[in-house]
Amino acid sequence: MKVAVLSGYQTKFGELWDKSLKDLLAEASWEALKESGLTAKELQAVFVGNMLSAVTAGQNHLGAMMAEILGINVPCTRIEAACASGGLAIAQACLAIGSGKYDNALVVGAEKMTDLSSEEISFALMGAACQEEREAGLSFPGLYALLAQEYFRKFEATEDDLAWVAVKNHYHASLNPKAQFPFEITLDQVKKSSLVASPLRLLDCSPVSDGAAAVVLSSESFAQKKKIKTPFIVASAQAADSLSLTERESLLELKATRLAAEKAFKEAALEKKDIDLAELHDCFTIAEVLALEDLGFYKKGEGTLAAKKNETKLGGKLPVNPSGGLKACGHPVGATGVKQIVEICLQLLGRAGKRQTKEAKVGLSHNVGGTGGTVVVHIIKI
Amino acid sequence: MINFKEFTKVGIVGYGAYVPYFRLPTAVVAEKQGKDTAVVDSLCVRTKSVAEKDEDSLTMAVEASLQALAVAAVEPGKIGACFVGSESFPYAVKPIGTILAEILGIGNDYFCADLQFACKAGTAGMQIVAAMIESGMIDYGLAVGADKSQAKPNDALEFTASSAASAYILGNKKSEWLACLEGTLSYSSDTPDFWRRNGEHFPEHAGRFTGEPAYFRHVLSSSQNFLKATKTKPINYNWAVFHSPNKKFPEKAAKILGFTPEQLKYSLLVEEIGNPYSASSLVSLANVLDNSKTNEKIFLTSYGSGAGSDSFSFKTFPALLEKRRFKQKLSETVFLSKAIDYSEYLKKMEIL
Repeated sequence: MKVAVLSGYQTKFGELWDKSLKDLLAEASWEALKESGLTAKELQAVFVGNMLSAVTAGQNHLGAMMAEILGINVPCTRIEAACASGGLAIAQACLAIGSGKYDNALVVGAEKMTDLSSEEISFALMGAACQEEREAGLSFPGLYALLAQEYFRKFEATEDDLAWVAVKNHYHASLNPKAQFPFEITLDQVKKSSLVASPLRLLDCSPVSDGAAAVVLSSESFAQKKKIKTPFIVASAQAADSLSLTERESLLELKATRLAAEKAFKEAALEKKDIDLAELHDCFTIAEVLALEDLGFYKKGEGTLAAKKNETKLGGKLPVNPSGGLKACGHPVGATGVKQIVEICLQLLGRAGKRQTKEAKVGLSHNVGGTGGTVVVHIIKI
Repeated sequence: MINFKEFTKVGIVGYGAYVPYFRLPTAVVAEKQGKDTAVVDSLCVRTKSVAEKDEDSLTMAVEASLQALAVAAVEPGKIGACFVGSESFPYAVKPIGTILAEILGIGNDYFCADLQFACKAGTAGMQIVAAMIESGMIDYGLAVGADKSQAKPNDALEFTASSAASAYILGNKKSEWLACLEGTLSYSSDTPDFWRRNGEHFPEHAGRFTGEPAYFRHVLSSSQNFLKATKTKPINYNWAVFHSPNKKFPEKAAKILGFTPEQLKYSLLVEEIGNPYSASSLVSLANVLDNSKTNEKIFLTSYGSGAGSDSFSFKTFPALLEKRRFKQKLSETVFLSKAIDYSEYLKKMEIL
């Protein structure tokens, strides 16, 4: 596969009181289009990643909203896979371009979450879990806390081990003006933050955020005609698993991550050691630890060493989440998967400013829906 | 558009503040709500004042107004306006302003209305009275902010919503002024950060939306507009008062505007009494007046949800030192209090 990323744009992530969902979709889309040099009329398809617009904005039918924003009549499709909506929108666009159906497509992911109270948004997010989990009174921190508890039991890991992930990601975010929390935090602050769902504390959890990100993708031949030097998506892999944690074969891994990663590396004809940087789905600190293991970068049970030893910090052997990740850059759920592609491309093009990974040629993105019911992995190369 | 006017005929001739006797510690609220102490620490509010079961915005308004009359030593019949601001009136229809006026002996020749603009209803009343005095319609007027503030059990507001009243008699005789009112302006917008529907007992709020787009937008805009209109800077003032829903917000607003922590020294009673809604800024102003010297400038910006801010500046006069002896210092009474437990609180607030 070789799908060109002609351009990418991320809005500021955060509590964007004066921006509606439509404002965010429009900003990301128009900015990405501008950078690509294409006009709206040249677009052949639009894919929108979003999870919660019906609940947070009373708005369905986002495909038509995109048609309205851009003033176009080509196919515009909304994709939903919980927090993997953005990544899946990218994957669907890659499929469509790869099949030859379209020469180019705009992919935009957006979420407007801060108009709801914490209780309302927690409830809405549980739409990504199963009915029994909802009825049991679980929330997403609770679900990932169960994974953390199982991990601690098996591998004698500690809260400190998780806290290093948050510290690292905040350091990265302090170098990212688009991040929701562009400031560093200390291990002590993480350890003293309020307990949300044991062992996860407030600073182990990604925030509620507004934001959008967009990319313009095209076939290789289209990019060549336009004479634009671009990174290429060389692998796009998706895997599914049970909606519910109780149906999983093991709580020590996200099987869908492992399966998607295997397919992605095979498709790209690359190995783990070829990856120079990664944007992983750290909805909670434990999620980054599991991702590092399930993607094959670390042995099972050793993922906690990564942040502790600065191996996944900028300058380390595999920088992870240079954007600040979900924890510190923010997690507008539908936008995250697209933002990960934007960040990787910035890094590969040498345009990441103070958070630039040296000599980055290949990046990997990992986007998860729910507790691992959907996982999408992309590999991007320049 | 506001045509900013420097007042030449308006001053405070009497003031009073009443804070009820009972206190509910925020640690008790945290325990009942199952929240950890980080929440309490972040608010920086140790206790909140609780009115007795038979107290309400009217009874507290009377207490504060009687103090103001004692300080002013003016014949009540000369008062030509009575405006009471609250968001906890005992009646939805029937003004308490007339009951207050009757109790004070104001007579029948007075302008009157009960006002609602969330926590800035009291300062809105002060603006109306000031304008009437400046225009020559009246010689004296009374503006009061009073609330027995409501908060739903288990809601964030339960930590801080409290009870108090503060009253100001303004007049046009310079020889009677404790402080002149130099000018005022407002900044308003349709920002629904906090509201209480008709028939509902408890208000609702929009969580974090009450911060930056609500409180800070209006407090900062009104303050900045006022400083610009008066060609003054924070350094020109001795004291500053900002509406205090907690301790963090006024401190942050002050810092952004360029006021120092020292200038807020007397305006953070919120730590002890919580947020008595319409009385908040006016009680803080009373504490500043209790402690300031003469010829000192005071900056005040209130905030009312829904939303708007009123900004004022005052300058103290020599008569302040003499006349304030006719009221007890707020700081002496505020700490004469009794801590109650949660069930007593529910009974006094008539929730139980």
